[in-house]
Amino acid sequence: MTKHISVLAATSAALLCATALSASAVTLRYANQGDLRSLDPYTLNETTANAHLGHVYEGLTKRGKDLAIEPGLAESWEVLEDGKRWRFNLREGVTFHNGNPFTADDVIFSADRVRSEGSNFQTRVPAGAVFEKVDDYTIDVVLPSPNPILHYQWDTWYIMDQEWAQEHGVEKPTPASAETPSYAALNANGTGPFEVTTHEPGVRTVFTANEDWWDEPEHNLDEIVFTPISSDATRVAALLSGEVDVIEPVPIQDIERVRSSDRATVLTGPELRTIFLGFDQERDELLYSNVEGENPFKDPRVREAFMLAIDADLIRDRVMRGLSTPSALMIAPELFAYSDEFERPGYDPERARALLAEAGYPDGFEVGMDCPNDRYVNDEAICQGVVSMLARVGITVNLNAQPKAQYFAKVLRSGGYDTSFYLLGWTPGTFDSHNVLNDLHGCRAEGSPRGETNLGGYCNEEVDALIEQILVESDEDARNDLIRQAYEITTGEFAYVPLHQQALAWGVANGVDLVQRADNQVLLYWARKGE
Amino acid sequence: MIAFIIRRILQAIGVLIAVGLIAFSMFRFAGDPVNQLVGIDTPAAEREALRQALGLDDPVPLQFARYIVEAAQFDFGISYQFRQPVSDLLASRAPATLELAVVATIFALVVGILMGVYSALRRDTALAKAFQAVSLIGISLPTFLIGILLIYVFSVSLGWLPSFGRGETVRLGGWTTGLLTGSGWAAIVMPAVTLGLFQMTLIMRLVRAEMLEVLRTDYIRFARARGLTNRAIHFGHALKNTLVPVITVAGLQFGSVIAFAIITETVFQWPGMGLLFVQAVQNVDIPIMAAYLMFVGAIFVFINLVVDILYTIVDPRLRSSLRAPT
Repeated sequence: MTKHISVLAATSAALLCATALSASAVTLRYANQGDLRSLDPYTLNETTANAHLGHVYEGLTKRGKDLAIEPGLAESWEVLEDGKRWRFNLREGVTFHNGNPFTADDVIFSADRVRSEGSNFQTRVPAGAVFEKVDDYTIDVVLPSPNPILHYQWDTWYIMDQEWAQEHGVEKPTPASAETPSYAALNANGTGPFEVTTHEPGVRTVFTANEDWWDEPEHNLDEIVFTPISSDATRVAALLSGEVDVIEPVPIQDIERVRSSDRATVLTGPELRTIFLGFDQERDELLYSNVEGENPFKDPRVREAFMLAIDADLIRDRVMRGLSTPSALMIAPELFAYSDEFERPGYDPERARALLAEAGYPDGFEVGMDCPNDRYVNDEAICQGVVSMLARVGITVNLNAQPKAQYFAKVLRSGGYDTSFYLLGWTPGTFDSHNVLNDLHGCRAEGSPRGETNLGGYCNEEVDALIEQILVESDEDARNDLIRQAYEITTGEFAYVPLHQQALAWGVANGVDLVQRADNQVLLYWARKGE
Repeated sequence: MIAFIIRRILQAIGVLIAVGLIAFSMFRFAGDPVNQLVGIDTPAAEREALRQALGLDDPVPLQFARYIVEAAQFDFGISYQFRQPVSDLLASRAPATLELAVVATIFALVVGILMGVYSALRRDTALAKAFQAVSLIGISLPTFLIGILLIYVFSVSLGWLPSFGRGETVRLGGWTTGLLTGSGWAAIVMPAVTLGLFQMTLIMRLVRAEMLEVLRTDYIRFARARGLTNRAIHFGHALKNTLVPVITVAGLQFGSVIAFAIITETVFQWPGMGLLFVQAVQNVDIPIMAAYLMFVGAIFVFINLVVDILYTIVDPRLRSSLRAPT
């Protein structure tokens, strides 16, 4: 570390002297709470991993600083045959880090690999999609039914080199049950702006700028050194002492302290993730409640009462220290054009009590609540706030806050949806409402992926019918109208209680310029240091 | 002696199987590893396939038998999160932890004994009283708090020492060491002090109490009567006789130093086995958790064995009792 500091000192000295020599390398040191576990781009579909690997690998599309879809390895594309055939024109003259040229074969190979067993990205490419090679730089994707959002997630479907994969025996992603280590988990060969030069899992990863990148780099870095630092206090200390340049996240309680230091500042902004409360509306009797023989959450009035009893502004001011945006919808406003038309009902405990009485619970009832304590920003504190707010309208909540490992094992489908009332966060991977409606609002059915993460089992066939239409409607305005209709039904029935968009908080040393994207991907290929 | 060692080794195997059983039953409460292996919007069918591939659907006794048999061959499987063999991961992390533990123990022994002797011989001086106060702090403050305090004083405010990591390391065969570079030494100071502080105060208090005890005994009086110098009495006779319990404690504590390194390593992001273990617990990486617990169990058993053997070297009276049938 001392060496790095002296290199930095040398760099700044050189700059001060205004010599034309910029011989010293510019190294950006970045620390994240989580580590980079595997370099295989198909093993874990998670924001941090996707962001890291996005420096090394690229998709056919990219998403820009405002999340707009831009051409990536595909220069352009067009939709033919009423949406059943997509033609992608690939970029010519692109090479992988090992020097192999990028061609249509690599895309076909990646499409097979991403859909094979052991991949966590199988849904990136529809199972029925057929990839046809027109020529070396043209690909046709033939679909069984139209899909207007086919390419929405292709920015994180990273293209791999067929020859490289075959040479090292990694034609398939490493399944978690593998007996031998995978070459692709420790080595990477993409087309992106950086190459991985050192990777010690869980300790340190060094990315070096790719001199032969096809695009004009916006960064001025020679090297990125990534270190995971899991302890919040240490991560902040490392930023304040100048040992790292960028940290993610800054704990809410440390934001003021970092801002008041003369070394670093904090970039904040709303994240796309929506934090919400859900209810078991499926069972005839709740698992954790003193109400016998019936399920109070089947009554929309009870759900509305919960909505009115919870003061999202107070949670923002007291629990989130001002760093959250109360939400009316289950999707971030940035991701749905007509979000403005929806408004969150105001805090109204009187009305909540009246609604509970109307529904037959004038004295309230008891219910158990499941809450993670290490997954979202201040998750347990939010739940505690909810507990005390609900107590004011007569609802006694028995809080069960657990680490995410136990929490998810209990509440997800694999745990038999073992919950009555829970807190969860959701970012639509596609940045599109269809995902929110399909996964969180679709009726659950055996053998169908629809509604799998609809832990409470909300079900309305009208909404299901709309979801079907939204999936295939290609006209944007008509599609948005359908989405609005669906949200009107779900918010009218209080399917969920959306709480807020949590805030992003990145710590950035002075002298470093970054772009903060709302999906919380830390993309340092837009970073500049030392100017 | 050989019979004694063999008996101890047999006991050790029993202990390790017990550790394995306890560890294994704990994993059933650690959560579902599958949820940590895939993103939240992964379809259930995909999750189910993974669960089967990992053998998590097999009956529990079968899973335990498989685990013990593989562990006996030092095969701890593949880490769920890193997709690397656990034995490789542990081997690459072990040098960091062992170096930290050794430096912390040496620090604790040297400083602890010096402070203990001083405060026993010069009981009423201000410095001795200061040592007593320091030792209270060392015993009562939790490790992570000491670590964070040190970071704020020496990294953030003064900027003298790095707040995290191991500095630059040098590779010697299969061993990476930070002890050959300046940045490596700078990086180990605070973690070693944090980790060794509790042991240091323990040893200091132990040496002080034992010294005071020994200085009252008859043979010290005889030594004084013989006209030996204070130096010879204090260090040749008194200190030597206090060292048996100190060796026991330091030896047994070495195991806890390694085990407690978990907290220190987390605070300083020290890339050792403890940090690996903490991350494994958060991600329900059962193969790493299992291997680490077995490893720590094995270390404790081994240290006990070594301490038993050391006794016989330090204290000749024990040798005869070993030979006698028990």
